[in-house]
Amino acid sequence: MAMHKISVTINGAVRAAEVESRLLLVHLIREVFRMTGTHVGCDTSHCGACTVVMDGDPVKSCTVLAVQADGAKITTVEGLEQGGKLHPVQEGFTEKHGLQCGFCTPGMLMTTSALLERNKNPSEQEIRQAISGNLCRCTGYVNIVKAVQYAAEKMR
Amino acid sequence: MIPAAFDYHRPDSLDEALKLLALHGDEAKVLSGGMSLLPMLKLRLASFAHLVDIGRIPGLDYIKEEKGTLRIGAMTRQATLERSDLIRTQYPILADAVPLIADPLVRNRGTVGGNLANGDPGNDQPAIMLALGATFVARGPKGERTIPANQFYKGLYSTALAPNEILTEVRIPVPPPKSGGAYAKLKRKTGDFAVAAAAVQLILNAKGAIERAGIGLTNAGLTPVEAVDAAKYLAGKTPDEKTIAEAAKMAAAKSSPSADRRGSVEYKREMARVMVTRALRKAVQRAEGK
Repeated sequence: MAMHKISVTINGAVRAAEVESRLLLVHLIREVFRMTGTHVGCDTSHCGACTVVMDGDPVKSCTVLAVQADGAKITTVEGLEQGGKLHPVQEGFTEKHGLQCGFCTPGMLMTTSALLERNKNPSEQEIRQAISGNLCRCTGYVNIVKAVQYAAEKMR
Repeated sequence: MIPAAFDYHRPDSLDEALKLLALHGDEAKVLSGGMSLLPMLKLRLASFAHLVDIGRIPGLDYIKEEKGTLRIGAMTRQATLERSDLIRTQYPILADAVPLIADPLVRNRGTVGGNLANGDPGNDQPAIMLALGATFVARGPKGERTIPANQFYKGLYSTALAPNEILTEVRIPVPPPKSGGAYAKLKRKTGDFAVAAAAVQLILNAKGAIERAGIGLTNAGLTPVEAVDAAKYLAGKTPDEKTIAEAAKMAAAKSSPSADRRGSVEYKREMARVMVTRALRKAVQRAEGK
């Protein structure tokens, strides 16, 4: 099976890798780049724990091939903090108790940070719709919504 | 879960993609957004020796109206459709449906072409294309051909597309004035396929009677179902509650769902009736400009 030389910009740094066709983006991130902030949850494109931002859009990295991401700009949860300062959504999740077990949190942070890039002032309904592909099995949605509202205010 | 090994190809042009398909025949599969194909490969419900990714081929991502036809390129992402002002204002049947497809993250990758060409009767857009009387455009080694939506679906995951062809575009007749469309879908939760769903597109005449109607059903059998009898019944009739109820009954009778976690055959058929009723009511309201 052919190997592919790919290059992705991950959290601002250009990284090269040689990958098998079938390698998934989430495995490239976790096992090749050793960045384990991105979680594998259901592994069937349902739960959203593996969400990363790819060229501006949040996507489920368990359902993207690494080779499809060749040339793409990827942001993972490790890339949210800038200069030692938490991203407003990270601050919001801290302040508003937006996590319990924390397993869904990296995906939630990526989806909601991308939402706030596109929509500075989302309504509660828009926030809930945006995170409808991210499952929190602690069912902590009320505080997650509050955390995003906190971040939105902070970013305005 | 990891798919069985395959070779990945990323052609830069349609011609190059078609050459790869011609070379590898049945062993090759077109990869569009990958939102159905990759899960199937991961679950090992399918395997192909070659994937031909059409995602970087320029000129397959567009939504435009030209000479009475809405043309949507096969690589148009669902999220693009969702954000399109043209779709939101002029094609309510699509505007209803797109936010109900999978979830927002999946819609960022999933494409219209993939939704249509996969041949999954649980996908939403095939029934919509049946209701709209759409035509699919396929490119193959001998050039381009068009296939009416109602001749496209042959069986479960089986379509009129040959293994050496690629779906490139869907063409939808621009609805004339006094048209209305709607999509009604019952699903258990975000991300699930429909328990039952119905697509309706109709035109009213000057007297307010139905001139023509198209009805498509999602997840109502091995292929998307066109409710031809119900549509014929509606032609020439005033769309009152009694007429709508009768048409919905006729359409639901055409559904042959199978029992699964989403419900029994009887339940799904009944829900198909309810979905057709709702979509018809809404389509009539919209056609009347209400």
